[in-house]
Amino acid sequence: MPRKLHLSTTINGLPTEFLCEARQSLLEVLRDVLHLTGSKEGCNNGNCGACTVLLGGEPVLSCLVLAAEAEAAEITTIEGVACEARLHPIQQCFLQDAALQCGVCTPGFILSAKALLDRNPNPTEHEIRFQLANNLCRCTGYDKIVRAVQHAAKQAMASPEPGCIAGGSAK
Amino acid sequence: MTKPSQYKVIGTRPIRHDGVDKVTGRAVYGADVQLPGLVHGKMLRSSHAHARIKSIDTTSAEKLPGVFAVVTGADLPCLAGKMANLGEGAINLAHLSQNCLADTKVLYKGHAVAAVAAISPHVAEEAVKLIRVEYEPLPPVMELLAAMQPDAQLLHDDVFTNRLGEKSARPSNVSQHIHLEQGEVDQAFAKADLVIEREFRTASVHQGYIEPHVSIAFWNADGHVTIWTSTQGAFTVRQQTAELFEIPVSRITVIPTEIGGGFGGKIPVYLEPVAAALSRKCGRPVKMTMQRDEDFQGTGPTPGSVVRVKLGATQDGKLVAGQAWLAYDAGAFPGGMIGPGCMCVFSCYEIPNARVDGFDVLCNKPKTAAYRAPGATQAAFACESVIDELAEKLGIDPIDFRLKNAAKEGTRRPDGEVYRRIGIIETLQAVKQSEHYRSKTSGPNVGRGVAAGFWFNVGLKSSAAANVNNDGTVTLIEGSTDIGGTRTSVAMQLAETLGIAAEDVQPHVGDTDSVGYTDVTGGSRVTNATGKAAYQVGLDIKQQMAARAAIVFECKPEQVAVEGGVYRHQGQALTFKELAGKLPHIGEPVVGRATVDAGGATNGFGVHVVDLDVDRETGKVTILRYTAAQDVGTAIHPSYVEGQMQGGAVQGIGWALNEEYVFNERGEMLNASFLDYRMPTALDVPMIETMIVEVPNPEHPYGVRGVGETPIVPPPAALANAIYRATGVRMRELPMSPPKLWKAISRSAPPA
Amino acid sequence: MKDFEYSAAATIDEAVSLLARWGDRAKVLTGGTDLIVQLREGQREADMVIDVKKIPQLMESSYSREKGWRLGAAVPCHRIYEHAEVADAYPGLADAARIIGGWQIQSRASIGGNLCNASPAADSIPILIAYHATCRIAGPNGERTVPVAQFCVGPGRNQLARGEILVSLDFPPSLPRSSGAYLRFIPRNEMDIAVVGVGSWVQLNARGDAIEAARIGLGAVAPTPLVAEQASLWLCGKPANDDTFAQAGELARLVARPISDKRGPAEYRTHLVGVLTKRTLAIATKRARET
Repeated sequence: MPRKLHLSTTINGLPTEFLCEARQSLLEVLRDVLHLTGSKEGCNNGNCGACTVLLGGEPVLSCLVLAAEAEAAEITTIEGVACEARLHPIQQCFLQDAALQCGVCTPGFILSAKALLDRNPNPTEHEIRFQLANNLCRCTGYDKIVRAVQHAAKQAMASPEPGCIAGGSAK
Repeated sequence: MTKPSQYKVIGTRPIRHDGVDKVTGRAVYGADVQLPGLVHGKMLRSSHAHARIKSIDTTSAEKLPGVFAVVTGADLPCLAGKMANLGEGAINLAHLSQNCLADTKVLYKGHAVAAVAAISPHVAEEAVKLIRVEYEPLPPVMELLAAMQPDAQLLHDDVFTNRLGEKSARPSNVSQHIHLEQGEVDQAFAKADLVIEREFRTASVHQGYIEPHVSIAFWNADGHVTIWTSTQGAFTVRQQTAELFEIPVSRITVIPTEIGGGFGGKIPVYLEPVAAALSRKCGRPVKMTMQRDEDFQGTGPTPGSVVRVKLGATQDGKLVAGQAWLAYDAGAFPGGMIGPGCMCVFSCYEIPNARVDGFDVLCNKPKTAAYRAPGATQAAFACESVIDELAEKLGIDPIDFRLKNAAKEGTRRPDGEVYRRIGIIETLQAVKQSEHYRSKTSGPNVGRGVAAGFWFNVGLKSSAAANVNNDGTVTLIEGSTDIGGTRTSVAMQLAETLGIAAEDVQPHVGDTDSVGYTDVTGGSRVTNATGKAAYQVGLDIKQQMAARAAIVFECKPEQVAVEGGVYRHQGQALTFKELAGKLPHIGEPVVGRATVDAGGATNGFGVHVVDLDVDRETGKVTILRYTAAQDVGTAIHPSYVEGQMQGGAVQGIGWALNEEYVFNERGEMLNASFLDYRMPTALDVPMIETMIVEVPNPEHPYGVRGVGETPIVPPPAALANAIYRATGVRMRELPMSPPKLWKAISRSAPPA
Repeated sequence: MKDFEYSAAATIDEAVSLLARWGDRAKVLTGGTDLIVQLREGQREADMVIDVKKIPQLMESSYSREKGWRLGAAVPCHRIYEHAEVADAYPGLADAARIIGGWQIQSRASIGGNLCNASPAADSIPILIAYHATCRIAGPNGERTVPVAQFCVGPGRNQLARGEILVSLDFPPSLPRSSGAYLRFIPRNEMDIAVVGVGSWVQLNARGDAIEAARIGLGAVAPTPLVAEQASLWLCGKPANDDTFAQAGELARLVARPISDKRGPAEYRTHLVGVLTKRTLAIATKRARET
């Protein structure tokens, strides 16, 4: 059996250590070792975005990051987007706008949308579509997803949520 | 029939019941299932499109540390000559088995040949590479028309052409010839003022669900098999698996997980029997997850096609005769989508004299599966393009031409179906009056196209049961796996019936041991049929609740009046909730149940309008504006109805413009990834405007027709018609990808 | 995927000595967005993966108007277009950085990695060529530089010898009245591999109505990215207008020798070289007038 590496990271605000093989992706470790199965595997080669997580605040495809690269990294997964029991405005808007059907692409979209709104609180429709283009959805035709992000942006501008203290990173 | 406006729940937009789990990552999909002692399976797949298997040597794989079991086709029972009806007509079980694990021949690149269970997916993958297979390659049969030739290389020596129940003398790659006819076709064509005949081609395309196929199976020492799987139908998985292993269905429990998209592609079994065979060998639960290239190459795309349509009309724009010739590739085993293709080709119109011939053709591609209105889109691309050309040549507005000829109550289709109340006319009128259709297009390379589309929508069998809780809520258990929010559309119908809020129904999808038999989530049937079951559950509960109210009111049950969820008798009144609170003290618990066979087609019609711009220099199409209109009967949850229309339209746009299986001459798919298969991204489409038309289905208590499939049907023709308006070029082959469109434009008007 | 050793080198020397020791069995990991896919799909194999993102020189991006720009080989794409001065001075490279994969890819993928991967269709290379960028390479025998135009030697193959690593890409200072642009043709609007990619750089005369110098790089039309030499030279002294751009496009087509594959037929690719050359020249000229 291959030798295992020991990694120390912070995941969703919690210090998290794990063992992994060098060949294991961050996605594999999140799902199979840490049982954070909210990040989904849709293609395992970087083309669908279902495995999107934030690494140091940047959106990345966790299937294209080796877990070994995550030493000392801060990682946010879908499990850490809601602030304790309070949904993030993007999550609320996805529900209100019916922006999901099967839901398997949803975690990735929410993280990409969060990364977008964290940087650009008032994006145009084109900017939303451009920045979400690495997240494939086969059910919705994107219409309601784009609207949900637009609504979340509006909501966040109208009443900015206070930051989450621990365990999450909702802004 | 009550009017939609009288409903309290139906037509509203509650948050879906499973929503929070899905936006927080807590929903459990197939791959999320974790079990103690779980091991991982991987498939070895054929590198040849067509070959005889001479030998398989698994010795080295078995010896690799961490490997628990290896299986091949020899581990499944021999089912030669056994037929079974698995819900979509009789199929040869040997073919189903051979598709799961090849026995003597591989019939497509990616065909499963053997599988390994090991301690990790990586070890299983290493072991798969150690399996040695000796092949005797055979010429691959890739081209549809060539496969039909009498001297073509045969895929099977036990497949004969079935024509109207008669078997051909010699084996053939054509497994079926359908012939439909009504009226006096040849005479009618002779009398027509204008006759147009064209040939169309479409490529194989894939459903492209984002969640790969995944299954976990555990074959217990007592012989009971439990399967957790991402499927459109738990009961069909149970049936198929039972048939493949020749064991009773009662020995199998199928637990459907959340499903990350299906579109028809998650009805056949692929992994379930193989995981079960591995588990039987190693005594551990085995999880098998496809990689994306396996989803493309090892599961069922929808058929590529050649379709010829001939239509005749009078000078004043009345269709008098139609003729269609359709050949669909079924892939490696019989049973493509030719039947529905033949049913749907002329389904939007009243054509008194029509003839349809359809052919199910084998070739060395993956065995096809259903994909959203299976078979209809290929047919509509052809028919709706010819309709557009007729309208143009006759100088009639394309919507008016369709209105003149639209099918209506009493119209007889060539396959014999006579329509009951349908809504194509209302849908065409809605589009005609829409702001979009009345607006002007502008720009030198901008064009507008319209097309209609049809899917018959099925009924079939559903079961549901519900328990009344003493806090006034109701727990609903139904058998339809939920791909797009049907838990909620079903629960809303129960809530409406009981006069309670949608939120007070807690819907759950049961496994095969906890809910009555329910057919697959497919055919746009769930909100219709399972919704009808929920309605009947509601009636059952209402009756029982009235009996409990009678105890409180000290009257006879039939003296209790129920309206809007309030139970009354002579000035006494109890809300559903109040009454539920008394249940622990009055009478038996209340459990409602219902089973339905929702019967035949409900017939959904849609009309789409698209404005697009063509870059003449590159052949690239940009969609500027898109409207989808559809008669859905009654929209239970309008947001999810719109979502179905938008999602279907975008899948249709992908099919129209870029999606295709690209094969080389050896039959290898060259673009088996999301990167090169090119499904639309968010940047490739605009907002999709929707117009919900409601002509209630008289056969359903709330008028539901079903919605999911029709919206994929019109887009390819609508886009082709718009491209013609923009460029003067009629595209008759899908996809209308930039190189092809550029070439067609260059030929039509050489550069100045 | 076969397992391998993983090492995060802290210095160039450490990376060079690991590369020298492991030779072909080692692979350099920058963003990983190509390498991890290739390892997973068996297109490349490694016994040692050397992560170079901890090496300061590979992660630095230093720009000055006078000296030009030094872009560390592992700097992720998003840092290019988010760096306003750089994106202003080298907008053509920002064009490319914005469309290499989607946003998530750009959080990891680097221009250096895109270059070393040496795909004929790489989005960054035509515009690197147009900008006269050079590769700064460290190896067991010290440093050397190579023009980007000579760096790729075949599909998936580059100039790097055993023990060598790409440290940075160096760009000459952005001249007055000059600019660049990159366009690729893809059937979708995002998330695709270039059917053809063209990067153009122009420098205009003082009046802004004629071209003084130009350089055109082509992608996905040969085993390696190409310089359209003849078209570039022909442009010198020509009026900066649509006719000129179209004629330059015709000349650029002459060097294209594409193959037909799943991404497009050869004839179409050659045609697209003309279209994209014309269009990138127009954009670059417009930008040059605005500087």
